[in-house]
Parts: sequence; structure tokens; C-alpha cells
Amino acid sequence: MTRKTYKPPTRRKFLAGSTALIAAPAILTSTRAYAQEKTLRVGFVSPKTGPLAGFAEADDYIVEGINQTFAGGIENNGSSWAIEIISRDSQSNPNRAAEVAADLILGEEVDIIVAAATPDTTNPVADQAEINEVPCITTDAPWQPYFFGRGGNPAEGFRSTYHFFWGLEDVIGVFLDIWGQSGAAKKVGGLFPNDADGNAWGDAGLGLPPALAAVGFELTDPGRYQPLSDDFSNQIAVFRDAGCEIVTGVMIPPDFATFWAQAAQQGFNPKVATIGKAILFPSVVESLGGRGDGLTSEVWWSPNHPFNSSLTGASAKELADGFTAATGRPWTQPIGFKHALFEVVADVVKRAQDLDDPEAITAAVAATQLDTIVGRVDWSNGPVKNVSKTPLVGGQWQRDGDTLDLKIIANADQPSIPKTGELRVL
Amino acid sequence: MDWVNAIVQGTLLGGLYALFAAGLSLIFGVMRLVNIAHGDLIVLAAYLGLTVVMATGLHPLLALVFVVPTMATIGYILQRGILNFTLGDDLLPPLLVTFGLSVIIQNGLLEMYSADPQKMNAGALETASFAMGSLSLGVLPVLTFAIAVVVIAGLQWMFYHTAIGRAFRAVSDNQDIAQLMGLNKRHIFGLAMALALGVTAIAGILLGIRTSFDPSVGGGRLIFGFEAVIIGGLGNLWGTLAGGVILGVAQTIGAKIDPGWQILAGHIAFLIVLAVRPQGLFPRVSG
Repeated sequence: MTRKTYKPPTRRKFLAGSTALIAAPAILTSTRAYAQEKTLRVGFVSPKTGPLAGFAEADDYIVEGINQTFAGGIENNGSSWAIEIISRDSQSNPNRAAEVAADLILGEEVDIIVAAATPDTTNPVADQAEINEVPCITTDAPWQPYFFGRGGNPAEGFRSTYHFFWGLEDVIGVFLDIWGQSGAAKKVGGLFPNDADGNAWGDAGLGLPPALAAVGFELTDPGRYQPLSDDFSNQIAVFRDAGCEIVTGVMIPPDFATFWAQAAQQGFNPKVATIGKAILFPSVVESLGGRGDGLTSEVWWSPNHPFNSSLTGASAKELADGFTAATGRPWTQPIGFKHALFEVVADVVKRAQDLDDPEAITAAVAATQLDTIVGRVDWSNGPVKNVSKTPLVGGQWQRDGDTLDLKIIANADQPSIPKTGELRVL
Repeated sequence: MDWVNAIVQGTLLGGLYALFAAGLSLIFGVMRLVNIAHGDLIVLAAYLGLTVVMATGLHPLLALVFVVPTMATIGYILQRGILNFTLGDDLLPPLLVTFGLSVIIQNGLLEMYSADPQKMNAGALETASFAMGSLSLGVLPVLTFAIAVVVIAGLQWMFYHTAIGRAFRAVSDNQDIAQLMGLNKRHIFGLAMALALGVTAIAGILLGIRTSFDPSVGGGRLIFGFEAVIIGGLGNLWGTLAGGVILGVAQTIGAKIDPGWQILAGHIAFLIVLAVRPQGLFPRVSG
């Protein structure tokens, strides 16, 4: 009688068995069927909440529209690619923007990352993309803070990151055009806050002061004030004493509202007030009541721009009207740029040699020559590498009956964008 | 003359700061609660005012009739529903809870009103001014200052001449003994918070007429309120007005030297007071 005794597994059997056990999942997982469609992931960072949220107001509308357009997929080298857009909120905070960008790149493994709205969003996202060599397209920030703010060297440029917008030289050109038309005395009062924009605009070497001096305007600049100041009586006194008939600056809405009310109280009434940033959004101008009428500002995009979407064929007016119909809110300038951002993405996806290769995608971005809803995006002839400029004109808020309308009143540098009104002096 | 103008404008600005600070001063005086959400409550009041103005077409100052009771009710519920549970020997829990409240209010406002900067339109009042000698004084800043004086005088009178004021002082001096004497301190605290938020409502409306606001500006306003309270002396209402004026004048004089110095000069004035007289210029007489 043989007794079946328990034999402990030999070392070899144990090793073979455990190896098989560990290796099993690798063989057992079903591989993805690549037959019909591959997916390209696009990360999108914008300030949905916080002080910059106004810039991102149209994001949901734009992304929804883009998702519909992309629903059928995009053809690349004969195969169809589905596009998945993954949105993240920067909370108007540059640190948070860098964090979500890193998460999109490393966690979600996006193939392209895009970002928009002020250097606080574009720069940290672009920096993350540059380090990780992920193709990146940004917009909605003047190119100097984007390029020089990231330590860009005009001779070298960046590897993976590209930007389209206008620059300070365009703003200066537009402002001079407006003031030239006004016939006001060539004495300008400048209100520049102590922040990134204020320091760039008021910079004695590259900002407004040398440009104004060159064409015979006399700039009175009392100095950088702190944002969210509650009193501007000193600046007003200085402007009044200097006989300024023009006021300019790049202010946040609360500062401008404080200044503008105090100016009226103190009897300082300039003929032209051309303010960057503060009066970008219709709600702000509306809230100033009667004194919002006649303010002038730079215009990056408007429903009257003679451009069409390369994706949907919609005109600028149709895009803006669609937003108003969908949300019940007036159009704003960032809408066009958000749409254009995805136009460029779609164009790149169509043209890229190999969508699995980040370098091929980057090469396709660099070779972009596309007429978008905000004008031509073409990185071959920018002011510096990695930057493409879109047209900028000057506008004035004018009251037409009940509605406040941003009329284009200065287009000397961009005659292709028609004027829709004439400058009225305050 | 410019210097006189700077001082006068700074004094008027001080009225607004005193209104920011009066609610803080009151809350701290009665229940030793440091309210981090105060700035956001000011902004909340401004949004409530805006809603009333939009809905009824009333002048923003008349909207106070609705906003003050609403904010007072919110204050009472807030105190009895949440903040009373955090009060104790430890200063940290109320700090943390009001900090959380600040985040909640900001994001709630963002959700409801969006990030658009808003402003209340008070028509001609905003730009009206009158000449005084060679100075030009805005009607709104003068009105703000006058309201601040009236509010603080009213609070002062209430504190020292009414039964509820006596109750406030009693719980402030010794909570347990006040409780033994038949005062319900939870209710008294609720009333104090209601009163404080009523004052906050006035500050919010005046802020909303003076300049534009959005959900995120509260924090920036909080610091001026705190500084005015500290400069004036904790718990002293007239001191708070003086603190506001000192802060306002320091700012405008700083701005006269260089606009970059405006906010900094206010902070420096505050630091000097803190270094020289940590108890403030007019600390509350104890006992």
C-alpha cells in the first residue's frame, strides 16, 4: 500500500508556478481593438473660477460646439481619430494652472495641451508643456508677457509651445490712432498699476512712455499704484494740473470705477479715456451707467470682424449670436479666441505626419497657416519665434438707444477690419 | 493746497473704512470672535443690494431698507446655527470656521452672480460734488463719512444707554456670570452678530455705489477693516472711526508722495501703531 504523501513543491516548480501567476494578467488582458478609431486627447486649461473667470465664461459653449463638430472624428493619414477634450480649471491661480497642466500631461497623458486667458494661465501651462515636450498652443495674453515672461530668448524660441495673440506695439498703435482722431491736446495721463500688465505698459524702455514721446505726446505718469486702491484724488490732481485731455491705462474694473467716479467729483473731464482691460466686458461698461458711454479700448475680436471659422464656416457674428442665444448673455471678446484655439487643434490633427509622435505634432503646429475666426494664424512670420500675431483695432462703447455697443472706430493698421462707427469725444 | 486736499479726501475715505471695521469691532468686542469672512459678508451685502435694485428699480440707498434686515437675519442664524458652537477657550475654531465660510460665500456668489464685476448705479449722486473753498468734495464720500459717524454714534448710544447694550457689555465682561444673571448668551451673541451684519450691509451698499465689486474682492477689504480696528483700539467704537480716518489719511498722503506708496503707507501706519501701542490708540476702558 502506497501512502500518498504530501510533497512540498520543489524550488523549480514554485518558481515556474509563481512566474506564470504573475505573468498571467499580461497575456489575459484583451488588447484594445484599434481597428475603427483611435483617440487623441486634448487638455484644455482655463480660469473657470476666480477673478479671471470672465475670460472663461464662454468655455462651455465653445467646447460643446467643438465636441459636436468633432463628433464624426477627424481624418489623419486615412484613419479617423476621435478627439477627446479634457477641461481643467486653473482657478485664476498660476500655481494651480501649473498643477492641472502637469496632471493633464502626466496623469491623463494628453497629446496636445491648450490654454487661454492672461499670462497667469498661459505661462505656467506652457512651461509645463515645454519641460515635458508636449505640443502646446495658447492664446489670450499679449505676446510680450508670454514670451519674455517665460524667459524666452528671441534667437532660440521654445521647442513645443506656441502662442497667438497681439502685442504691446499693436495696442500702442491703436491708442495713437484713436487719440490722433480725437483732436485732443497731446497731453496724456497714465494710470498704470503695480502688476504684470501695468509694469509692462508703463515700462520706460518698452512700454507706452517711449512710444508716446516719439510721436510728440506728453505722458504724465504719477507712478505705479497698488491694485484695489480706494482713492485716486492725487492722480486726478496731478492730471488736472498738467492739463491732460487724454487718460489711458491698464486697470482692473474696481480701480477704474473708483477713478472714474472721483474724476467726475473732482471736476476732471478728459476728452478721451482709453483704458485697457477694465472695459473689456460689456457688463462692466453697463455698470458705469451714463459714464460708460464713450470710453475707448482695444478690440481683439468682435462680431463685425470679417472672419469665418475654418471648422464650421460660421461668421464671427454667427458665433457671437450663438453664444447670446445659448446663454442669454452679451458677446465678449475671448469667445472668438477660444474657438480659434480649437480650430488650430483640428487643423494640426489633420496635417500631422504621425499623431502618435509628439514631435510630428509640434512640427505640424509650427507649420500652421490657417485663416481662423480671429484672423490668420501663421507662426512663420511672427515678431519672435513661437508667436503669431492676430489683428488689433480700436473701439468705443457707444449707446444706441437702449443697448451699449462696441463700435470699431480705429483701424489704421488693419484696414481689412471695417470701421463700424466714428470716434465721439467725451 | 494739494496736501489739504489729500488729507480731506483721506478723512472721507476713512469713513468707509470705519464702516468696514465697525462690524468687526462689535463682534470682537462682544464675543472675542475674529471674523475672517467679514470682507466676503460686505460683498454679499453688496450683491443683495444689487439684487434688490435690479428687482425693484429702487435707488441703492433705499435698498438698505431690505438689505439691512436681511443681513441681520443672516447674522442671527449664522451665529446661533454655526458660530456659537465654535466659541470657547480656544481662538482657533472660530477662525477656521469663518475662513471656511469666506471660501463658501465667495464661491457661492461666483456660482450665482458669475465673475462679472458689478456696480450699483446711484445716478447723479455718484458724481455730484460741491466746492468748499478751493476744494471739491464729492457728495458720496461726504455722505459715507456722515453715515459712518451716525452709525458709530448710534452703536455707542445703544451700548451705553439701552438694555440690550447692557446685555452686550455684560456677556463681554464675563460670560458665565452674565449667564447666571439670567442672560442667554447664545441669544445675545446672535443679536450682536445681527447688529454687526446690519452695519456690514450699510458698508456693502456704500462700497457697491463707490466702486465695482466681484465675488473675489472681499479679502482685500477685510485687511483695511482689521487695521482700522487695531489702530483705534480693540472694542472701542469711536476708536474704530479714528482708526479708519488715520488709515485713510495715511493712504492719501502716501499716494501724494508716490502712488505706489498709497496702500503701503496705510500698512506702515498700522505697523507703527502696533509697534508703539499694541493695544491701539484708544483701547476700551476695562471694567
